[in-house]
Amino acid sequence: MLTVEEIDKGTVIDHIPSGKGLKVLELLKLAHESFEGRVALVMNVPSKKLGRKDIVKVEGTFIDEKDASRIALVAPEATINIIKGGKVAEKNTVRFPKELTGIIKCPNPKCITNHERALTHFHAHKNGIRCMHCERLYTPEELQ
Amino acid sequence: MDLISIRDVDTKWILSLFASASKMEKLARTGGKSLSGKIVGTLFFEPSTRTRLSFQTAAARLGASVLNFGPTEASSLAKGESLSDTIRTIDGYVDAIVIRHSLEGTARLAAQLAAHPVINAGDGGNQHPTQTLIDLYTINKLKHKIKGVNVHLVGDLKYARAMHSLVYGLAMFKANITLVSPPALEMDAKAVSEIEDEFGVKMEKRNSLDASDCEVLYVCRIQKERFADQYEAAKLQKEFQITAESLKGAKNDMIILHPLPKLDEISPEVAESDKVRYFEQAAYGVPVRMAVLERLIKK
Repeated sequence: MLTVEEIDKGTVIDHIPSGKGLKVLELLKLAHESFEGRVALVMNVPSKKLGRKDIVKVEGTFIDEKDASRIALVAPEATINIIKGGKVAEKNTVRFPKELTGIIKCPNPKCITNHERALTHFHAHKNGIRCMHCERLYTPEELQ
Repeated sequence: MDLISIRDVDTKWILSLFASASKMEKLARTGGKSLSGKIVGTLFFEPSTRTRLSFQTAAARLGASVLNFGPTEASSLAKGESLSDTIRTIDGYVDAIVIRHSLEGTARLAAQLAAHPVINAGDGGNQHPTQTLIDLYTINKLKHKIKGVNVHLVGDLKYARAMHSLVYGLAMFKANITLVSPPALEMDAKAVSEIEDEFGVKMEKRNSLDASDCEVLYVCRIQKERFADQYEAAKLQKEFQITAESLKGAKNDMIILHPLPKLDEISPEVAESDKVRYFEQAAYGVPVRMAVLERLIKK
């Protein structure tokens, strides 16, 4: 059995769909060289809820609500466990934000944001997620 | 305020603009001075005849001057200047910017960068809100209402921005919309269902024309400039022409509208018929755009 050291203080992101853990690291910039904390990514863990799941453990850093919203596109059912003194101090679910600014690229090659230096801006809509610039409506999967 | 998309306004705003446009019809011939001393910048990075000229006429009829940024000036972009810097610079010269560009979302970006009002005169295959206002104004003038009018949108529903804007505007007013196009040029199904959900309307989709229940036949050309394969564009155009034969059974008072330019999508015989009202529609471009300019600049 594969065991990963428990953390005393930090964040455990659970219920990430299998294979999306790396994307979560990327979105939270945890794989960036400027991030100095210890990070563990466990992949393909059996899960009752998802069948298979990935788990990310971040030592010494608490993932806040804004950061959590960034991963909603790739892990809409993820849970964010804040660990303090080796115990779960808070358990939050990921919620899709009403607006996403500068986080994801617009998939439309004719969208101005892919040609000029411009922050992308997406609005959650009842039928999907709309690029504020080219006005195309996307599903979360299309934006990954 | 900017006017970037028909989604940015509601029926109340549009009806109030129609009231202003109606008053502008007289001024569109005689001229006025309400924007005297103001400068309207027209930035057209894509070819345009009607939209550019009618905006310039509208500005002139209200007493404003026009600063035209055409293909020659666009060459400075070839020197490497970013579009954003160009917009910021011109924003320092003018009181409003009218912009057309082939990339979708350019007008929205311009509105974020400019301190003065920005009007979208067409951004790629996305939106053309002032064309929609003209189309709705024309239908309202000629049919005395929009709600419940049977409007058939015919032609390139996939790429034509005029159609993308108009279908939204018609749904806002609860017109009965029928979408008629070759299968290859159908409107994006996601966009259609979104509009249906938003306004509680149901649009009928057809792949061939049956004008028997039609009150307004709105035709647009195949947008060949947005096709990678020009032969395919020409073939589709040939297959989808409005002829006297295809209009058999149409009501006497059915009208034909078109955002122009018109190529081969309407046969010469139909083009000569009294059903054709698109030159009147084009003429309404001036009072409607006068109303838009006055509303945005004077605020």
